[in-house]
Amino acid sequence: MNTQQDTAELVLPVEEQKKTISGSQAVLLALQAEGVKTVFGYPGGAIMPIYDALYDFQEDLHHILVRHEQGATHAAQGFARTSGKVGVVFATSGPGATNLVTGLADAQIDSTPMVCITGQVYAHLLGTDAFQETDVINITTPVTKWNYQVTDATEIPSVLAKAFYIAKSGRPGPVLIDITKNAQVQLFAYEGYKKCDHIRSYRPKPKVRKEYVEQAAALINGAKKPFVLWGQGVILGEAENEFKAFIEKSGIPAAWTILGASAIPTDHYLNVGMLGMHGNYGPNVLTNECDVLIAIGMRFDDRVTGRLDKYARQAKVIHLDIDPAEIDKNVKAEVPVWGDCKETLPMLTKLVDKKEHKEWLELFRAYEQKEIVAVIQDELHPDTEKLTMGEVIDVLNDLTKGNAVIVTDVGQHQMVACRYAKFTQSKSNITSGGLGTMGFALPAAIGAKFGAPERTVVAIIGDGGFQMTIQELGTIMQSGVDVKILILNNEFLGMVRQWQQLFNDRRYSFVDIMSPDFVMVAKGYGIAGRKISVRDELRNALSEMLNHPGSFLLEVMVGKENNVFPMVPQGCSVSEIRLK
Amino acid sequence: MKQEYTITVHTENHIGLLNRIAIIFSRRKINIESLNTSPSEVQGIHRFTIVITESEDVVIKLVRQIEKQVEVLKARYNTTDEIVWQELALYKVSTDQIAEKVKVERLLREYGARAVVIRKDYTIFETSGHREETERLVRFFEPYGLIEFVRSARVAITKSSKGFHETLKEFSKIEPGSDTVENEYLDKNKEVFTM
Repeated sequence: MNTQQDTAELVLPVEEQKKTISGSQAVLLALQAEGVKTVFGYPGGAIMPIYDALYDFQEDLHHILVRHEQGATHAAQGFARTSGKVGVVFATSGPGATNLVTGLADAQIDSTPMVCITGQVYAHLLGTDAFQETDVINITTPVTKWNYQVTDATEIPSVLAKAFYIAKSGRPGPVLIDITKNAQVQLFAYEGYKKCDHIRSYRPKPKVRKEYVEQAAALINGAKKPFVLWGQGVILGEAENEFKAFIEKSGIPAAWTILGASAIPTDHYLNVGMLGMHGNYGPNVLTNECDVLIAIGMRFDDRVTGRLDKYARQAKVIHLDIDPAEIDKNVKAEVPVWGDCKETLPMLTKLVDKKEHKEWLELFRAYEQKEIVAVIQDELHPDTEKLTMGEVIDVLNDLTKGNAVIVTDVGQHQMVACRYAKFTQSKSNITSGGLGTMGFALPAAIGAKFGAPERTVVAIIGDGGFQMTIQELGTIMQSGVDVKILILNNEFLGMVRQWQQLFNDRRYSFVDIMSPDFVMVAKGYGIAGRKISVRDELRNALSEMLNHPGSFLLEVMVGKENNVFPMVPQGCSVSEIRLK
Repeated sequence: MKQEYTITVHTENHIGLLNRIAIIFSRRKINIESLNTSPSEVQGIHRFTIVITESEDVVIKLVRQIEKQVEVLKARYNTTDEIVWQELALYKVSTDQIAEKVKVERLLREYGARAVVIRKDYTIFETSGHREETERLVRFFEPYGLIEFVRSARVAITKSSKGFHETLKEFSKIEPGSDTVENEYLDKNKEVFTM
């Protein structure tokens, strides 16, 4: 009885046998195929067809409605940094798209994998100044690794496959795909989704040259005072174990950039601390005394190097990086080890001699002692009436045992948190390093929690930065995500104030910032909160925050005019670092 | 020391790529003196020829930034003596003036010029060559009322004999080329060291 039907099916033309779907459905099928479970976004006119299709995908795809598109980008960044996966953002055309720019720039400079999908006006309206039309491709070109405008639905599967491949491979970065409304509603014969693993013009990883690895090993083996600097490349390359094995075998002291923090535990015996403007004393001073400098997955940012013409001039530099454009960009490399450090580090480890640089390491310890006496002691155990930022972080370390994900904003609290936070596992320090985006922490913490739901996420934010993306409290309220918000309030835009004090003769120009009652604001969003200003309450308040089921806001009033030290003043060499 | 460099970029032929390349220069406030886009000897592959005056140090960094772009296959730079280059120029002059006062024959011979259009009211000449050569003809025409003048961007080909074909063949392969060092250690973590 079914014979007739079966025959009829057999003679169906090939085209009709293929599934006909809309461009919007193709977008969501692509996300599904890429294993995307979480999307941060905000709907609007030009992306309505995708949101309409999303209605049927709700079970598979968890959409987090943010309160501003910038928040979506930072949330996607936080998600990417804790999970190691690509963060995904939806936004509409025009203002929705332009609101992504800060997050894209942040992701570009901090190499964070992200795919942003924006709606665009109908293709026939492009260039007519249509409602909510903006040239998002050209606006975002300088701040994306790749971007592309889709005007025909048939392109969607292959373009999204490329987008995910480009965002994640090589040196990761943000990708923006702009899809016109007609392409979103267009029906086409869907031929399935094929992941991308090769683009003719794209070399994600430079070829590893064995001779460079050998030259690097020879330099290291002959070195008396070798020094390792590592950056986020170690984390992005998931080469933490390879990195640890390398330093442990070669016995070389290692210091980190703020984006490299947490790649190895804080208390590892070869971890000598933080580099750069507010980094530790020893690593900065001894950069100008080492004989071989081994830079791994870092890019010699000016906040790390200080004055370049007085930076490590005595040292022979070995630079391991996946991005050939980083070699010689700021600091000339004697030996450029191009390639993924996941591959190059084991090759190097095999060739280096097993050593212990005892005396050299002792020198770092000696500088550390000086720093403890001059700075750290007073910061962590102050005898002032007012609380310091450092002691808050110190108690937090004690309570979390260094197991929390620490998300920081930008400014004094960021430097203090990076200096004093203890980490026991990788992907635990989420911050805006290269771009220095105030307002990063709150949305990034939301994303970080979705990226690592089993971990405690603490967002440490200043009173200034918190007010830049404060609306994301609404996202916390609606999504029910559990984020601990720790506001270190010094009633100033503290970092700028510190500079004005030190370099502008205390001319405090517009750094005195008023804040609302943060606890009451949080209450308005249904988030529990507490404010403290005395030392006696600190430990108790922090444990209340950590033990509270769900999100909690703790505002800690700290000394108004405390400064972050040590400090390498701008235009000075790293060895001219000031302890006060 | 600053000198003239010609940067050659082989790319996919995609909309927006011109902007992506141009902003690498404008971001660093570097003036592009000449820019030409054209097809290359390989079908579907575009070729940019860019002329700037900069130090080699800066040029190397620019070339690496260009090559980093996803849709760029290869970027390279050459000094002017490493390339053969030409620019094309068109000159519109009054036919009356020219016919009356100029020995056209001499013009065509000496300057290698060619009449492209001859009308009653004007004649258009064409010549190609280096900057000085096309410039010389401008000066020649000036007394006779040069109505319009335009010069093209530079096109350049390297003097070395290897084309782009071979490089491209290598790029099209998913497998790395033969000069790649296989990483013999990557899959043998446990044997290399103990954690």
